[in-house]
Amino acid sequence: MAFEYKRLNKTTKIILTLLLIAGCIVLTYMLDKGIIGTSYTVRIVRISVIYALIGVSMNLVNGFTGVFSLGQAGFMAIGAYTVGVLTIPLASRPNVYYLVPISEKIQDLVMPFGVALIIGGIFAAIFAALIGTPVLRLKSDYLAIATLGFSEIVRAIIANNQMWPITNGSLGLKSIPTFPSLFIPVIISTVGIAFMVLLIKSSYGRAFKAIREDEVAAEAMGINLFKHKGLSFIISAFFAGVGGGLLAAHLTAIDSNQFKIMVTYELLLIIVLGGLGSVTGTVLSSFMICSGKELLRWFDLPHSIGTWKIPIFRPGLRMVIFSLLLMTVVLFWRRGLMGRKEFSWDGIYNFLRRWPWRVRRLIRGDYSKKQEEVTPNA
Amino acid sequence: MHDNNGMKNNVLKMENTSMQFGGVLALNNLNLDVYEGEIVGLIGPNGAGKTTAFNVVTGVYPPTNGAVYLDREILVENYPQGKMKELYSGESKGKYTVAKVLTPDRITKLRVARTFQNIRLFKDLTVYENVLIAQHVKQKSNWLFASLMMNHKEEKAMREEAMRLLEILDLVDVKEKTASSLPYGQQRHIEIARALATDPKLLLLDEPAAGMNPQESDELMHFIGRIRKDFGLSILMIEHHMQVVMGICERIYVLDYGKLIAEGSPKEIQSNKKVIEAYLGVDD
Repeated sequence: MAFEYKRLNKTTKIILTLLLIAGCIVLTYMLDKGIIGTSYTVRIVRISVIYALIGVSMNLVNGFTGVFSLGQAGFMAIGAYTVGVLTIPLASRPNVYYLVPISEKIQDLVMPFGVALIIGGIFAAIFAALIGTPVLRLKSDYLAIATLGFSEIVRAIIANNQMWPITNGSLGLKSIPTFPSLFIPVIISTVGIAFMVLLIKSSYGRAFKAIREDEVAAEAMGINLFKHKGLSFIISAFFAGVGGGLLAAHLTAIDSNQFKIMVTYELLLIIVLGGLGSVTGTVLSSFMICSGKELLRWFDLPHSIGTWKIPIFRPGLRMVIFSLLLMTVVLFWRRGLMGRKEFSWDGIYNFLRRWPWRVRRLIRGDYSKKQEEVTPNA
Repeated sequence: MHDNNGMKNNVLKMENTSMQFGGVLALNNLNLDVYEGEIVGLIGPNGAGKTTAFNVVTGVYPPTNGAVYLDREILVENYPQGKMKELYSGESKGKYTVAKVLTPDRITKLRVARTFQNIRLFKDLTVYENVLIAQHVKQKSNWLFASLMMNHKEEKAMREEAMRLLEILDLVDVKEKTASSLPYGQQRHIEIARALATDPKLLLLDEPAAGMNPQESDELMHFIGRIRKDFGLSILMIEHHMQVVMGICERIYVLDYGKLIAEGSPKEIQSNKKVIEAYLGVDD
């Protein structure tokens, strides 16, 4: 008996989607009010949604447009520092800039968080537009190295002596006001991701995918490579800037060392694990990686059986386990957890329906029918 | 010269077009015309410069020397510059003094479409998406409007047009299939369908019958004849299958070592001594 792929009807899907949204709102509310979880859980959720936004922005360039860019940390730094400089309350400024006083031009400049966030995004986008002209003419590895270089330049400039009156140099910024509620990062990330999903679904998004698939053919189909790659690059930088701003508010204290290449690699890990070219995969893996790194802290603590102290449990084991888990995932899901697929109710429904069918086949021991499995092309 | 075509509109004209890569003259002083509604064949032994001619017309690279006209208007023009000034060994040197270069996407917007010798479909996307992407060339609204779905009329029109095209070309059955999962012959059809979706007036087919069996290439011949009529196309095609070339081309150009060695009707070409020599070698 062949497995038959069935689709749910539209009303069911709408109801399920509304339920999911309601569930997310209720969960966020309960976390926010401390009904479930601790402030530690809230922090993990906060960092996860922020990384989800930045991850999707990186996936837009790397996974959907096929441009191997590694400059995300630089764009995040621009956004984070813009938000930091513009939102630190006037009263705390002398405390923050205690070594070199803040530049007179910006010393009275305080902006609401939302405005600062958008300005941060715009600054990142402008920077992307500037470096995009030379960088996007390069291909694959060379482009990656060039973007990596630019992102390091941003970090170096921020920590530079001449920048002390603005960025406070290597002392970093502190006393950045944090979110009054968990809803703020959740909503901003959701809106950002939703916008990028809509972009991907539009004709421009299809053009991005065409470039990823085959540049020569895409150009022959009338797609201006430079314009579309630039568009994707700039929009991605904008949301990375916004994400960086959110990160600044999440951490309340930032310094240029937090935006080293490691951040970009972490994001790369998130998008590769989730699936290059899958938004839902990125969101999923962002939650998995951000919470996984925290949950595995148990391995860093000393443990003992009776009086015998198990020697392998010591700080650092967490990362070993983490790496092993990652390798396992990558071995079994070679294109990431979601590949290029997106979450769909049909997919979940059939995934669940297939299990009894698989078990039955296992009991019968009949593997020859495997080819009969009817799946539509996803 | 072309008395019978004198009245017709000259869709494509390549004039003294040369292309030199380093010391290799891939194309030397090619003069080629495609008139409205014609199917013109471009043949020649391997490495004769056929695909180079296509790449010059579609803007993959600018010619080293010479000009290409589309509908009597200049499309690209170039003359040997820089290092090529001394290196250039082709003919018609010094005849051209203007450099006008267009990128492939601009040329596609001027309604010139092409297919590729080794199929270049968007492999991981569905057949429908492949055709839909080609409609992007007509997109007028900017990215912000498009992402905020404020262009749904345009989007709907694009989707309908893509569907219509698939219906005309009998590809509706495979609409949701991934392009790379389909048989070779069908992939060739899809590549042509995708090229048609950009709404061309001139279609360049690079070896459309390559790797096809006689039955498939027979089907392809009918298919090409049909789309020429339905879409009002002029077609320039490179082909090695003599059966196909002789079957549907009205005129044929023969290239050898980058030079035009013959042109004329299929009959004339078949009996042309130079062509036979180029293909079979000279008897010493």
